Amino acid sequence: MGIDRRNFFRSLGLTGVALGAGKKLSATPEQSDEKEFYGILYDSTRCVGCQSCELACALANGLPEPDPEDYPMPGTIRKTNENRRTVINAIETPQGEIYVKNQCMHCNQPACAAGCLTKAMYKTEEGPVIWRDKKCMGCRFCMISCPFDVPKFEYHSPNPDIVKCNMCYDRVKEGELPACVADCPAEALTFGTRRELIAEARRRIHEDPDSYYDGIYGEHEAGGTGYLYISPVPFEELGLNTKLQKKSYPELTKGFLFSVPSIFILWPAILLGIHNATKNNAKTTDDDE
Amino acid sequence: MTMSNTNYNLPADNDGKSIEKFLVAQLKPRGEIFTLFNMISVPIMTLGIVLIVIRFINGLGAVTNLTQEVPWGLWIGFDVVTGVAFAGGAYVVTFLVYILNVQKYKPIVRVTVLNGFLAYVFYAGALLLDLGKPWNVVNPIIGNSFGVSSVLFLVAWHFLLYMIAQLIEFSPAIAEWLGAKRIRKILSGMTLAAVIFGITLSTLHQSGLGALYLMAREKIHPLWYSEFIPILFFLSSIFAGLSMVIFEGSISQKVFFDQISQKNHKAHDGILHGLSKICTLTLLVYFFMQVVVFIHGKHWDLINTRMGYWYLTEMIGFVVLPMILYFYSYRKRNITMIKVSALVTMIGVIINRLNVTVIGFRWDAATHYVPTWMEIVVTLTVLCVEIWVFRWIVRRMPVMRASPSWVNEH
Ligand code: SF4
Ligand code: SF4
Repeated sequence: MGIDRRNFFRSLGLTGVALGAGKKLSATPEQSDEKEFYGILYDSTRCVGCQSCELACALANGLPEPDPEDYPMPGTIRKTNENRRTVINAIETPQGEIYVKNQCMHCNQPACAAGCLTKAMYKTEEGPVIWRDKKCMGCRFCMISCPFDVPKFEYHSPNPDIVKCNMCYDRVKEGELPACVADCPAEALTFGTRRELIAEARRRIHEDPDSYYDGIYGEHEAGGTGYLYISPVPFEELGLNTKLQKKSYPELTKGFLFSVPSIFILWPAILLGIHNATKNNAKTTDDDE
Repeated sequence: MTMSNTNYNLPADNDGKSIEKFLVAQLKPRGEIFTLFNMISVPIMTLGIVLIVIRFINGLGAVTNLTQEVPWGLWIGFDVVTGVAFAGGAYVVTFLVYILNVQKYKPIVRVTVLNGFLAYVFYAGALLLDLGKPWNVVNPIIGNSFGVSSVLFLVAWHFLLYMIAQLIEFSPAIAEWLGAKRIRKILSGMTLAAVIFGITLSTLHQSGLGALYLMAREKIHPLWYSEFIPILFFLSSIFAGLSMVIFEGSISQKVFFDQISQKNHKAHDGILHGLSKICTLTLLVYFFMQVVVFIHGKHWDLINTRMGYWYLTEMIGFVVLPMILYFYSYRKRNITMIKVSALVTMIGVIINRLNVTVIGFRWDAATHYVPTWMEIVVTLTVLCVEIWVFRWIVRRMPVMRASPSWVNEH
């Protein structure tokens, strides 16, 4: 591989940092060792597709109540939208009908928050990724950036909001469970720290390897997510995107952003240098041919 | 520095009148009223304004075809991303004139900077139409919420700063128009700094516009997505901007014939000839870069698909072909051919930007985004308003015509 732009940018970036201009580039929030992110484990083998979570979510967030006619059916894919932040879909598999929940993944390093220029999208230190009305300017860059296509926009409102699951941040702060977790009658949803949840997921898979596909979706996808999935079938059969990169998505723009300070320092110096070197040209009437 | 009215020396024909009267007089329309352009643009602008009102009352969904999957459409992909690429001429020409000190391009500096400035004001301004909550646009500026890890944050700031830099670059013309000698001197003293600052900003935000799409890794067709988008966007902004300069120049030479001195009329062909050489070279570098990116991406299998043919059309028809055209017309010194090359290049840049931002974005989605006629009318409205303002300024300030005689008498 001849050209490695990222390394090139990175070393340029280091120059910038060395020159003292790189400080303003704060990285996206990363998990510190002391504080662990909370997350939710969704166990598809337990989910009965009753949509209690959908109802609980609508009530907790003041969204319209779900239409009873609109229930999970194999073959149709229901999507989250500006009126619902989570949906359950049914999938037909050789093992029978199974279900999959859909909502914001609460990434460890969320692309939406890295992209947001006002910090309206924000990764809280507790783990939930929240959206803040007062800051948002409605540019929809979070929608462009999110690899899971989660944020939705109210196209028919003069004061449109970005709509997505916020893991009931207000409840979590008070030490309560997110509404969907609290109301799930099948205990398909478990709330806890990511570390606990991964351990729990491993335990379930280990104790009953016949019922589970061996893997945890969200452990590494997009750099790791707060929502974790375990399932009886491989994840692509659930309709989850398994082609996502393992690195976090903000990583993709880091090379570019790191190069900024150095260009800011090098460019003016170079330009001024050329200007001085070519000053005498000014008198001769050009020829650049 | 005191800035009292006495510092203004109004142009001779306004002697004795106050600055207000002068401005009022200047506001009056000049030139013919019932021109073809006016007849077409006035209805478009009227309709456009109605649509903009509807958009703000009923939301973006009322006039656009944007979806949850494709949240950025024509207004971003064309107005902002493509428009800013075309405005790249300003930083390239100021680089030639002020940094490389190639005096030959001096006659087109002002008009190019003015064009660039207006493009930023209007096309980047069109961004406000696209924002869901435009009243919060100050948030990333006044500092209560700096999202410094965001590429969009960088681009937004650069737009703002670059507009200021361009205004400074252009400001001597305003001072000459107002007859403000001392202020003109101060302002033109700031030109070099503004130019250097402006080129630096341009390098970063031209590529930054591409970097906006870096996180959309799975959403853009692999033939157009690569980690090199920023570099490709930067390179193409050079010939995009210069082709715009050629295109705009050849129209202005006709429309504003009365404004341009005999000498500059003659010089114009030489300028186009020089620019065609730069375009050939940058197109060559760009093409080379595209080939490297393609080989790097290992997407041979995708060539034999519909999107693959479209990709080849772009590369051969709108990169290689204009490169050959430019080269040929440069060698033959064929000015008409240069203009044709510019046109083909510009179409190519539009196609390229739209391929990344709209056509290749979510190419695999069940329903494709196609702009509504209303989105197109609003885009045209922005374009028409810009041309009106451009024309207003050119007819009044020394943009194409020579500066007033007092400028060189020190
Ligand atoms: S899934 Fe999307 S919206 Fe949710 S945190 Fe991750 S990037 Fe943000
Ligand atoms: S739409 Fe709002 S939340 Fe999303 S990136 Fe823009 S400002 Fe941030």
